[in-house]
Amino acid sequence: MGHYEAPIREPIIVGDKTYHDVTVDVAAAIEGKANKNWWIAFTVALIAMLWGFGAIAYTIGTGIGVWGLNNKINWAWDITNFVWWVGIGHAGTLISAVLLLFRQKWRMGINRSAEAMTIFAVFQAGLFPMIHMGRIWNAFYTLPIPNQLGSLWVNFNSPLLWDVFAISTYLSVSLVFWWTGLLPDFAMIRDRATKPFQKKIYSLLSFGWSGRAKDWQRFEEVSLVLAGLATPLVLSVHTIVSFDFATSVIPGWHSTVYPPYFVAGAVFSGFAMVQTLLLIMRKVSNLEDYITRVHIENMNKVILVTGCIVAVAYGSEFFVGWYTGSSYEDFTYLSWGAATGPYWWAFWALIICNSVIPQLLWFKKIRTNYIWTFVIAIFINIGMWFERFDIIVINLSRGHLPSTWAMFSPSFIDVSIFLGTIGFFFVLFLLYARTFPVIAQAEVKSILKSSGNNYKRLMPDPHGHSKYYEKNRIEKAVEPIIKEVKEEIKEVVEDVKPEATDNDSKTNSLLDKLGSFDSSTQKADDLKKVKGIGPKMEATLNQIGIFTFAQVSKMTKNEYDLLDSITGSFPGRAERDDWAGQANKFKS
Amino acid sequence: MSSKVIHALYDDDEVLISAVKEVKAAHHHIEEVFTPFPVHGLDHAMGLAPTKIAITAFMYGVTGLSFSIWFLYLIMIKEWPQNIGGKPSFSFAENMPAFVPIMFEMTVFFAAHLMVITFYMRSKIWPFQTASNPDPRTTDDKFLMEVAVDGNESELTSLLEKTGAIEITVKENH
Repeated sequence: MGHYEAPIREPIIVGDKTYHDVTVDVAAAIEGKANKNWWIAFTVALIAMLWGFGAIAYTIGTGIGVWGLNNKINWAWDITNFVWWVGIGHAGTLISAVLLLFRQKWRMGINRSAEAMTIFAVFQAGLFPMIHMGRIWNAFYTLPIPNQLGSLWVNFNSPLLWDVFAISTYLSVSLVFWWTGLLPDFAMIRDRATKPFQKKIYSLLSFGWSGRAKDWQRFEEVSLVLAGLATPLVLSVHTIVSFDFATSVIPGWHSTVYPPYFVAGAVFSGFAMVQTLLLIMRKVSNLEDYITRVHIENMNKVILVTGCIVAVAYGSEFFVGWYTGSSYEDFTYLSWGAATGPYWWAFWALIICNSVIPQLLWFKKIRTNYIWTFVIAIFINIGMWFERFDIIVINLSRGHLPSTWAMFSPSFIDVSIFLGTIGFFFVLFLLYARTFPVIAQAEVKSILKSSGNNYKRLMPDPHGHSKYYEKNRIEKAVEPIIKEVKEEIKEVVEDVKPEATDNDSKTNSLLDKLGSFDSSTQKADDLKKVKGIGPKMEATLNQIGIFTFAQVSKMTKNEYDLLDSITGSFPGRAERDDWAGQANKFKS
Repeated sequence: MSSKVIHALYDDDEVLISAVKEVKAAHHHIEEVFTPFPVHGLDHAMGLAPTKIAITAFMYGVTGLSFSIWFLYLIMIKEWPQNIGGKPSFSFAENMPAFVPIMFEMTVFFAAHLMVITFYMRSKIWPFQTASNPDPRTTDDKFLMEVAVDGNESELTSLLEKTGAIEITVKENH
């Protein structure tokens, strides 16, 4: 029982799971065989990836002149994609680190896949600045290592170098965070594996994790500290990416709102990508019990908040640009000039996808609907790509010197490389989905008793607000037992009853023979005079209705037996003592 | 050291915790407990000392910060001062604001990686390490308590049975 959770909170694991069920469900995707859809998706992604690699090879072999860049717009498609992918790579660590610090237990269903997505997205992001260098074999110049060119060091004043440090730190720390969390889950797969090859692979991947109490204690502490470190780290990464622009003098880039605005935008796009992937994955990998409507709704709330932050930032950029009265500000990516200029379509794509459509998430019906969520998430993915395109291309297409104004159109190679990174991303993600435990099963097990629907049912609900608590649970459980007992009692009573009526009829037949006693006309005799009748027996006889010697004197063997069967005491005694004979004497 | 240990298997974390407390109260030595997920309060019940790994992380962070200051000073001020955009390059204090992002990233880099390496070393987990959980079910849904036997096997067995163990096995030498 890890922590207390209010009984009114919705369960985040449904399907009445036991610990073993969690194991089986998580291992299923790895132990089973890939279906046809997986192979189709994988083939398409692989072809796109190889196509992109071809385009990259062509770029490196020929030079970046094969791209659509020109003298004025010298950053465009590549940096758009770079920032887009880095932004997408923000959700994973946000979910696993920030939500850990805020003790949001629902993160446990989605953190593993979100982190995987982060790492794969950062791979794609890193590709673009590298190939943009043209001479990719000199990429190591960005690292502060002594080199053959003399004591030439990197420029630590430059935001571009900060980026190198920020993104490599982010990638490596996210990777380590992810892998440490994976160890117990790999160990679970290892201990279930039946094929020797599988066992070997997962033994290697699990680093010999055994689950000792001390290991778990350290594991939890390490997770907490890593979360504490990763939280400012994830905020720093996109802050520094925004410095690439904000520290320049280009109108539209030189803006102090960029760091928080970029971070919000990154979280916005990252969650949209998580939604896109997980909505498919929960269906394909049968994880509906772990990635529930609650998870989807919570993520939609994060999307709504960050989307509104971004919308406010757009509004303030637009207003401030107009308010300065500077003619150059009329061409920035958020201005009337942009809305009506040659890039009007990119401007409106940004506004509609990022600021208008996500407002639908205010409606609970929509944000708890899987189809709507998926469609909105796709729009946000597109919108956030356009945001970066607008920031880079629209701002660069105009400038202080009107004679340099230019337009950008991507080349075939530009588009190929972009599609290639999408393919590469999905290749990695699809492979991950079939070989990695996609749910942090150890963590999920630790919250099963506080958040599983079967346990919610048992959770005491003193104020009676819980929808999940079964109110008359105990009564319901006891009901069949009570019913059984009641039936038994009834049977017993029925068994007893005929005997009672039997006694009545016996008494009646006895009195028929002996004659009944009428207290108004007759006087009761002292039956105790008869030898063998004590005060107790007299009371019993009186109860039956025998009061006089006359009655007793009429008794024969038959009546004695009847009497015995009624009173049930001293069988045969009355006959032995010859009550009738004695009574005959007393009668006179 | 004893040459015999008893493995008691449990199927519920709360039963395990109460069992650990009972075994502790009877003054038996619990060698180890293997669980499939972090059981909160188990370390406390077993009497494990709190981990000091967070303190090491802090020290690694300080190391990273110091290292970044040293090498930024060496590269940007001492070895090769350059005039870049008119930024002050002859005094570390004046050039420092431009170094804050790097100093921060290096602090995080050192703290995170060295802490994780420390964790792996202390818990003996690294590639090609073989697992040592005695029962493969302890990564699934079972909890295993390993108790040292000191000539009191039957007494211990009956105590463990009473605590709700579902399986009890005596192992020679470990």
